[in-house]
Amino acid sequence: MGLDRGEKIFNMFNMLFMIVFISVIVFPLINIIALSFNNGYDAMKGGIYLMPREFTLVNYETILKDTTIYRAFGVTVAKTVIGVIGHLAITGAAAYALSKSYLLGRKIFIRMGIITMFFYGGMIPSFLVVKSLGLANSFWVYIIPVLFSFYDMIILMNFFRNLPESIEESAKIDGASVFQIFFKIIVPLSFPVLATIALFHGVYQWNDFFVAKLYVTDKTLYPIQYYLYQMLTSAGAASSAKAGVYISTAFTTQSLQQATMIITTLPIMLVYPFLQKYFISGMLVGGVKE
Amino acid sequence: MLSKFRHKFLSQWELQVMVWPSIILMVVFSFVPMFGLVIAFQDYSPLSGFTGSEFVGWDNFKAFLGDNDFYNVLTNTLGISLMKLLIGFPLEIVLAILINQIRLSFFKKFTQTVSYLPHFLSWVILGGMITSWLGSTGLLNSFLLSTHLISEPISFLSNANAYWWIATLSDIWKEVGWGTILYLAAIAGIDPSLYEAAKVDGAKILKRIWHVTIPGIKNIIVLMFLLRVGSILGANLDQTLVLQNASNMPRSEVIDSYVYHLGLAQGDFSFATAVGIFSSVVSVTLLLIANVLTKKLSDSSIF
Repeated sequence: MGLDRGEKIFNMFNMLFMIVFISVIVFPLINIIALSFNNGYDAMKGGIYLMPREFTLVNYETILKDTTIYRAFGVTVAKTVIGVIGHLAITGAAAYALSKSYLLGRKIFIRMGIITMFFYGGMIPSFLVVKSLGLANSFWVYIIPVLFSFYDMIILMNFFRNLPESIEESAKIDGASVFQIFFKIIVPLSFPVLATIALFHGVYQWNDFFVAKLYVTDKTLYPIQYYLYQMLTSAGAASSAKAGVYISTAFTTQSLQQATMIITTLPIMLVYPFLQKYFISGMLVGGVKE
Repeated sequence: MLSKFRHKFLSQWELQVMVWPSIILMVVFSFVPMFGLVIAFQDYSPLSGFTGSEFVGWDNFKAFLGDNDFYNVLTNTLGISLMKLLIGFPLEIVLAILINQIRLSFFKKFTQTVSYLPHFLSWVILGGMITSWLGSTGLLNSFLLSTHLISEPISFLSNANAYWWIATLSDIWKEVGWGTILYLAAIAGIDPSLYEAAKVDGAKILKRIWHVTIPGIKNIIVLMFLLRVGSILGANLDQTLVLQNASNMPRSEVIDSYVYHLGLAQGDFSFATAVGIFSSVVSVTLLLIANVLTKKLSDSSIF
């Protein structure tokens, strides 16, 4: 169908608007990348926009010389991988069991879950509970409290419920156990929605710094975001002052921070385009219905 | 009766095994803290615990309701949240409608990819970025200086009066694209024949958006609005922690950060818990009021 004049004008303005919008998102990000590759003292003069003025790799070299960043990176990778697997296993298993209407206790469980969505113990009582369980200063503090999410469980449960019953029936007749059916039939069929939940939980684990701020004083357990947080806040000035030990005219605390920001973000930026199609379809499955 | 129950339970033991870990986790990490709320009515001391601490009734609530700091914090929370709601919420809807109208499919996909991206940055990263952009030699000052709009760099982050805008705009920058996903999904679900019919009737593009697209996504708009209203007192703790400094503190301290600072940094557990309860009660009340109002105005609601 042809476009009328009004539509052509609309589309033109829309394109212009979108170009401005994309620029507003992208240019500031490119600015940080440019700064991270620029000589720190030179950057302090200002006027750097999208290209480094005095190109250098020294910011990255300095950051990567500091071995604590590798440790923090390792902690983050470990908590992300273990956290996602654990979260999917625990929440997914509950969702599957609860997708069966004949499950004993199903109603009580769902009601309890709905209560948790409205009433929340709050930061302080939750803090006291986690502390009293002895999870502080343990790697498991990142994992255990978030193994189960009622919200994610609902999304998965709705998805499982809509899978055709007949596939399970025939597997049952062939003598498959519940666990076999779950792992060999349900999990592969649910890949997009599982990938979506995995992405969301993975991003949470990768980005979270607050759990470490609350519960972790052991430096070897710092995740990368908390490492960066300490570097950015005045409280962490001491840790970034360490950078000043190397006498250099090439970098400043700020230029090191910028390089660290890029390093910290890189992994998410790399996996994001591959997972995009899953989370879009997954959002549709879980979000719109209900 | 009991043996029938036991038989049924045992016959589905595998499913029961699958659900019990979650029940335990929910009890420990959601319900036990709910009972922990009693400390708001106590003079809690970590040594005596929930059970041994002395009850003081409503004293903690009276204390913060008579406290000027608290009203300042409440004003900041409401101010920042309302700005986010009034600017960010309509912007998401407009943006979704405009993205949907892009006719080049690769450009549409590209726009979506770019607009979702900031959502995946952590607030720590974004805090560092904002500090850099707004710094005295950062992107914004460089630009303003070079265009002679200002003659001296402005220190935005230490200017308390600028904080609400910084918080609002940075939150919108991070989340607006992400917020379009559900609307785009809802728009995609609108029957195309409605557009055809409107077109045949001579409706121009803006009329078609107004009379077809918006009614088509009305339910999801109402739902998202309700959820936003319900979380109006929860003004992003992570954001506050990374953007706050001593100079903008009078305008940047919000309820969540106040609870954090009082409770965990200063150890005043009971007082901070009381503030937390106040904020949850207000949130649930607001949610219920908004629900009733939207039910009257439209015909959709959560409950």
